[in-house]
Amino acid sequence: MGLIGTSVKRVEDKRFTTGQGRYTDDIKLPGMTYACFVRSPHAHAKINNIDTSAAADMPGVVKIFTGSDEGIAGFGVPCGWQVNFKNGDTMKEPPHPLLVADKARHMGDGVAMVIAESYAEAKDAAEAVVVDWEVLPAVTDAKAGAAAGAPLVHDDAPNNLAFDWALGNDKAEVDAAFDTAHHVTTLEYKNQRLVANAIEPRSAIGQYDTAYDKYTLYTSSQNPHLTRLLMCAFVLGIPEHKVRVVAPDVGGGFGSKIFHYIEEALVTVAAKAIGRPVKWTAERRESFLTDAHGRDHVTKAQMAFDKEGHILALRAKTYANMGAYLSTFAPAVPTYLHGTLLQGLYKTPLIHIDVDAVFTHTTPVDAYRGAGRPEATYLIERLLDTAALEMGMDPAELRFQNFIDPFDGVEEAGYQTQVALQYDSGNYHPVLEKALKMVGYDDFRAEQKAARENGKLLGIGFSTYIEACGIAPSAVVGALGARAGLFESAQVRVQPTGKVSVYTGSHSHGQGHETTFAQVVADKFGIPLEDVDIIHGDSDSVAFGMGTYGSRSLAVGGSAIVKSIEKVIEKGTKIAAHKLECAEADLEFAEGKWTVKGSDKSIAFGDVSLTAYVPHDYPEGLEPGLDFSSFYDPANFTYPFGAHIAIVEIDKETGKVDLKRFIAVDDVGNVINPMIVDGQIHGGVVQGIGQALHEGAVYDASGQLLNGTYMDYTMPRADDFPSFETDRTVTPCPHNPLGVKGAGEAGCIGSTPAVVNAVMDALSPYGIHDIQMPVTSEKVWNIING
Amino acid sequence: MIPSKLAYHRPNNVNEAIQMLQNYGDDCKILAGGHSLIPVLKQRLNDPEHLVDISGLTELKGIRDNEKSITIGAGTTHAEIANSTAVQQHAPMIAQAAASIGDVQVRNFGTIGGSIAHADPAADWPAVLLAADANVVIKNTGGTREVDIDQFFLGLFTTAVQEGEIITAIRIPKTAFNRNSTYVKFPHPASRFAVVGCAAAVAKEGGNVTAARVAFNGVSSKPFRDMGIEKGLKGNALNADTIAAATKNAAAEVSVMSDHFASEKYRRHLAGVYARRALGAL
Amino acid sequence: MKVQISVTVNGTNYQREVEPRMLLVHFLREELSLTGTHVGCDTSSCGACTVHLDGKALKSCTMLAVQANGKSITTIEGMATNGQLHPLQEGFHQEHGLQCGFCTPGMIMTAADLLANNSDPSEQEIREGLEGNFCRCTGYHNIVKSVQHAAKKMV
Repeated sequence: MGLIGTSVKRVEDKRFTTGQGRYTDDIKLPGMTYACFVRSPHAHAKINNIDTSAAADMPGVVKIFTGSDEGIAGFGVPCGWQVNFKNGDTMKEPPHPLLVADKARHMGDGVAMVIAESYAEAKDAAEAVVVDWEVLPAVTDAKAGAAAGAPLVHDDAPNNLAFDWALGNDKAEVDAAFDTAHHVTTLEYKNQRLVANAIEPRSAIGQYDTAYDKYTLYTSSQNPHLTRLLMCAFVLGIPEHKVRVVAPDVGGGFGSKIFHYIEEALVTVAAKAIGRPVKWTAERRESFLTDAHGRDHVTKAQMAFDKEGHILALRAKTYANMGAYLSTFAPAVPTYLHGTLLQGLYKTPLIHIDVDAVFTHTTPVDAYRGAGRPEATYLIERLLDTAALEMGMDPAELRFQNFIDPFDGVEEAGYQTQVALQYDSGNYHPVLEKALKMVGYDDFRAEQKAARENGKLLGIGFSTYIEACGIAPSAVVGALGARAGLFESAQVRVQPTGKVSVYTGSHSHGQGHETTFAQVVADKFGIPLEDVDIIHGDSDSVAFGMGTYGSRSLAVGGSAIVKSIEKVIEKGTKIAAHKLECAEADLEFAEGKWTVKGSDKSIAFGDVSLTAYVPHDYPEGLEPGLDFSSFYDPANFTYPFGAHIAIVEIDKETGKVDLKRFIAVDDVGNVINPMIVDGQIHGGVVQGIGQALHEGAVYDASGQLLNGTYMDYTMPRADDFPSFETDRTVTPCPHNPLGVKGAGEAGCIGSTPAVVNAVMDALSPYGIHDIQMPVTSEKVWNIING
Repeated sequence: MIPSKLAYHRPNNVNEAIQMLQNYGDDCKILAGGHSLIPVLKQRLNDPEHLVDISGLTELKGIRDNEKSITIGAGTTHAEIANSTAVQQHAPMIAQAAASIGDVQVRNFGTIGGSIAHADPAADWPAVLLAADANVVIKNTGGTREVDIDQFFLGLFTTAVQEGEIITAIRIPKTAFNRNSTYVKFPHPASRFAVVGCAAAVAKEGGNVTAARVAFNGVSSKPFRDMGIEKGLKGNALNADTIAAATKNAAAEVSVMSDHFASEKYRRHLAGVYARRALGAL
Repeated sequence: MKVQISVTVNGTNYQREVEPRMLLVHFLREELSLTGTHVGCDTSSCGACTVHLDGKALKSCTMLAVQANGKSITTIEGMATNGQLHPLQEGFHQEHGLQCGFCTPGMIMTAADLLANNSDPSEQEIREGLEGNFCRCTGYHNIVKSVQHAAKKMV
């Protein structure tokens, strides 16, 4: 049917555009109660006493839980990734209690859960819980946290170190290259803390059915199965087969809904304890305080060059802020998703990175769209544009001369980096060439020159990025510390009438799986799109799943579907050969039917499926039915890449940065639905630009989050942006059946340094080469005014 | 996100509303468009026991084009003001400010009376009303009083409105300076409230400034007229040089706010920039 | 003490007793089970809760249910007529103006107000008209195109 590669309109749109989406907070169960949390107003404080007596007498209150209650005390959420110290010591993994009983370690730490007949009553009663706090000094910055004498977050983690880690070439060899280099570019900066801010606040409903001794947890999660596994095996110790986790429609995740959160476990425990369903939905203020944050690296990075601008070496030291506890994937982010990407697109022969992962009295930090790769890209791409300015070279030329040569990963081997990864396939020159053509580079430089003569500040910035996604081969990630596999499952169930139900362990929260996956299935089977239904997000119907993050759904989940499709076709061929009385080898399957080669004898897909379920005239020894499950564990990560270019103009008087144009040329491998891929790029680009210009969590010295509402935390809005100019090149992934690489994070990874580079280019007449993100108007104004 | 328990009262007219305010004392808040008050209530930053909802009172609504002034009912929405041809003609800065408040949803239901009663220092109304030499009409059990706008804003979230009083209207004089006026602002990128807002109204005769009123919001904890700028303009021609000279020490006389987005120094600088931009447009 | 209110929503009149502190958005979602109107923040910023009150876009988190007494409300559930999608609903589908769908109802309701007042808006006018609605997925690019699509259809 030729559905692969076409911009099929999304099948999920109808319910969302008519108000019929069903998000967790939309669910109302009979007898449901409502939970409201008492949270720490302090970053670091001892709890001398919690008095719930007045609250317990408030109207409508059903039950109040605190951290010392049986079933809660001693339970906590685990970390899912282990990175050990350089010396081999186990990482520090202090407990993350469901509710804290002795001490709060970040603003928003859960202290009590109040359950009442209505949300309003729960809220009223929560306000009446009296906590006797003894406020303690706090530390919020990673580098400050690692310094001697900093207040300790956990008594058993000296210097607040969760672990330290290094990767790359021999440090002495790298340092030696710097000693003899023609030019060294140095940047010291904070890749600031971001808040994911999915527009749907997190929500969870716990339910317990005594008749079946079964729990159901509805939760706004990106990976319901992993939540079930973690909660059953590592938190509550309840049997996994007695727990159903449902992630219905989820209103965006961007990483923040990957993780298993305390509220999920608490509503589950509470539902059984009180014998009624319990719903909790975050207020936005709670989201700011309790959704895992992203980024927050303090980094010093250096790049060494020879006279011609060839990169000789790269070295970096990063203090990665972990927040108060280790969130589910937190240790992986600054290490295996960051240090491993420092090769970029370049032939850099020597690379070394050191990372200190530091506890602070802040909200835990974990994966946020891009997760480590935006930080790595920022590090490399800022160094390159800065080096170009310092050395008086053209930033595009500097990149061209350092790009890795093309390799397809089939005829030519994958590219072995200095930092553990082997790139799958790459062809880097064309993306930048295309982007330069789109922007009209030569004309722009002329325009810029004229603008400068008229006193205007116009700048262009580049970013040519690579990322590792399609996470990932289980054996590899296991060796790197993952405590779970990272395969994906898919079941393709052909119904007797030839309609197809597909059960995927991937989870869609905006990515459009119900369309893209259906395109793959309909295309491969040669049946209409509407004959395919994609089912996801329910642990009772989907065998298993590792969920959606790391741009992995199509590359891993889609590949699992293809494996099942192949099994269906293989079995169908047996049935067709029987019915058509020919050898299997004489058949070809195309356009929804099996045809005897060189004849007009054929049998339709639906007739074969009916035969499979009504096996009266059937191949001997073949099982009835047409229903296959597969698990797909990829051979490697996938490596999308691209070139982003930003053009900005700066208001000299106010320092305000105006984004004039944004060009993105991305290579995400083969594309199933171009419309959806473009949409992913647009959204990612805005999040990346949001980091460059607008966003950033700000803590004061006592650990108070100063911008924990939309009145102070700048969310990108429609009128902050122009329309984008996007295009792509296609370098297929050589190791998965669809040749796809993943598009979910690319926009967010490439765009941030492009914009900051453009600002620095605009400001280059002032001789300043660095600025801290977010690039707010005052920071720019300060540069202009010396 | 839900207010604390409260009792709700819907008076039939302003007098009844004032009576209710008398009855409930300081446990009572007036609910007009609700776009300043409801966000405060649902975040529980305030928890009055009684709400007196005056949003349905028609006597507070509408714009009257009088001979010497324009009277804007306190219950008139920002959108209605922005779209009023009388306002656009006689005090363009008032229409511009109205059109720049919040977003379309806020402008549809937020009211001028509610906004100025709330007296957020970063709100848009205070600067334009100061520059316009407006009067605020306030009603109480004793009758009606008019407060000169210069005496209206007393400080952070504080106005001259006393307990038991209701703002019923804002009167904008039809003057030469109001006909030649403008409002510009540097919005906070998150809230879109003014980091610095500047309203300027200038009357000229024979090319020289005869009257000038220049006011700021966002800069200080209280909106204010910048007398230094006004004096500097008076009697001079209005051109880039005179504007630059007059605005050189913008906001010099007030204590300027500072936060993590904009420091005191930067805000003061922006005050000068926006004063120049406002005056440059007149 | 509860208060009796009478509200017309999507053409149907409802009489209910509500707590005066109940926000309109909670009334729609909890009392009338019209869950297409969403809550995304506490500060009247995000616009996910946008509905029409007497034809004008309103953030329904910024009004008490009691204030809507006697008024007429349209929610996203009332935008399609006789099974025919509103041109904006069609536009968002055609131009891929939504991803997770959470902001979409509010976005469509605000866009409808915009088009009611300006049938042929420029790109800049569309972007400014939607400043009170956050989307974290689409980067707004295709939302602009969706509104343009609808504007053309509605002429």
